[in-house]
Amino acid sequence: MMEALLFGPAAAHLAPPIQLIPLAGTRVPAGFPSPADDWTEERVDLNQRYVTHPEATFYFTVAGDSMSGTDPARSIPDGATLIVDRALQAEHGAVVVAVIDGDFTVKRLFSRRGRIALIPENPAYPVIELAEGQELAIWGVVTAWVHQAR
Amino acid sequence: MGAPSPMSPFALVDVNNFYVSCQRVFEPKLEGKPVLVLSNNDGCAIARSAEVKALGVKMGAPWHQMQDLVRQHSIIARSSNCALYADMSTRVMTILRQFSPHQEVYSIDECFLGLRGIQRDLIDYGQEIRGTVKQWTGLPVCVGIGPTKTLAKLANHLAKKRPEFNSVCDWQRIDRQRQQALMAELALNDVWGVGPRIAARLQTDGIHNVATLAACDPETIRQRYSVVLQRTVLELRGVLAIELAQESEDKQQICCARSFGHPVYSLEAMGEAVSVYAARAAEKLRRQHSIASGISVFIQTNPFKPNEPQYNQHVAIALDPESDDTLQITRYALWILKRIYRPGFAYAKAGVMLTGLQPRGTVQRHLFRTDPDPLTRAALNETMDRINARWGRGTMRTASAGTTQDWKMRQNHLSPAWTTRWPDIPVAR
Repeated sequence: MMEALLFGPAAAHLAPPIQLIPLAGTRVPAGFPSPADDWTEERVDLNQRYVTHPEATFYFTVAGDSMSGTDPARSIPDGATLIVDRALQAEHGAVVVAVIDGDFTVKRLFSRRGRIALIPENPAYPVIELAEGQELAIWGVVTAWVHQAR
Repeated sequence: MGAPSPMSPFALVDVNNFYVSCQRVFEPKLEGKPVLVLSNNDGCAIARSAEVKALGVKMGAPWHQMQDLVRQHSIIARSSNCALYADMSTRVMTILRQFSPHQEVYSIDECFLGLRGIQRDLIDYGQEIRGTVKQWTGLPVCVGIGPTKTLAKLANHLAKKRPEFNSVCDWQRIDRQRQQALMAELALNDVWGVGPRIAARLQTDGIHNVATLAACDPETIRQRYSVVLQRTVLELRGVLAIELAQESEDKQQICCARSFGHPVYSLEAMGEAVSVYAARAAEKLRRQHSIASGISVFIQTNPFKPNEPQYNQHVAIALDPESDDTLQITRYALWILKRIYRPGFAYAKAGVMLTGLQPRGTVQRHLFRTDPDPLTRAALNETMDRINARWGRGTMRTASAGTTQDWKMRQNHLSPAWTTRWPDIPVAR
């Protein structure tokens, strides 16, 4: 507990400590090594499963209920954390983070027969249609989302 | 040196307006607008978007002197978001390693790649590098390729400044005549390793552009200038004189120093600052698995205010026993501070330097010594590093680092740590 002294402003007043001489102080490891040592494996890690391209992976927080819907497999709740992979190509049907008027939005991408749209999961929100010549900036593809259990 | 490098040709890859580009990845609204990033303390411009450059704002221009221009053109400023830039830099460098195992990270936003053995059209390869970095990180890069590092740098300059290269320039693919013409147009300052002072000297010797410099006799240049400039001349002629630096070596000394947000007048506040810097230096030391055998602390007043009383002092002592322990290093740092501090001055800056670094593990244990139990201390430091890496720098610190830290630097335009702190991750609606 001597070291507690070092935390306080009093530390400024201390000279480097006087060294005492121990009689013996070395610890010697004793006993048998664990037989399980040869069998250790890396513990499962969420990153292994959900982060394929670490350098291209970013996280976002979802705000609002535009992606909340009735299908539990597709519904993304307010406050969920999105895992976004920029290395993937956004394909029809993918959930994407896109930039609309400089703001980030999360929607499902519709891209068929020349029609491109961003579709919310919640029917109360409008489908965002892209006008002719308007460019859609996809920021990244959502590969998974995580939500805290309450 | 001199032997043909197995790495040639080289690519120099660098991020355009790196800090500004990092800001734009997470604030798409800044795209197309004049944006600048300010130095520590919001002192001066250290990164400028193309729009700001076009307004004539120079690198290092003081922020408080450009307020009229800022209002007139709605220039947007951001404080240096170091956590963001460091993370984005790591991402870029890791991605680039996919393209060549021979990598020399030259600065936070640029690196050399050795391209020997790449059986591809190098311009295509450069475009692939550029496309991948852009897609994976959102950052725009330019690629310069050449038979020497100096020419790769030169090609990178051309890739950036001349749209006809479409951001990737391979020097070897330009015909000789055009090479000569381009060199004649390039200023001496555009050459890697030629600073303003040497450029001025060359000018007085009648060497006004890169073409004339490349035409100089290397031996004469060595005698009249230096070996360094001789190498530059050789490299401009396509003769390899500068190797790809080997694996980044651990630093031989670690320095952590900052200017304060405003002048500091008390030993207590100085102690807080020195404690923070000592802890930071110790953390860096542990990250490279070294221990230090020397420590020094310096404090200084503001030399740019010559009318105020000036004082600066720098004292080094041995760190005995050698250590990588935050508590031990902090104690020594504060001990020095106590001895060099003089009241009555307006201090502007302090720093802690660790010297005599050696790899941990090579140091002999002393026989007669009661060091704080090294195993317990190692565990404590490791825990502290992990907590601080996870929850943000300074979350766990020595009490001597204080709680208010009102000497800290000014960052009035700081953006969130979008990629390194959970509460700061961006929001999508």
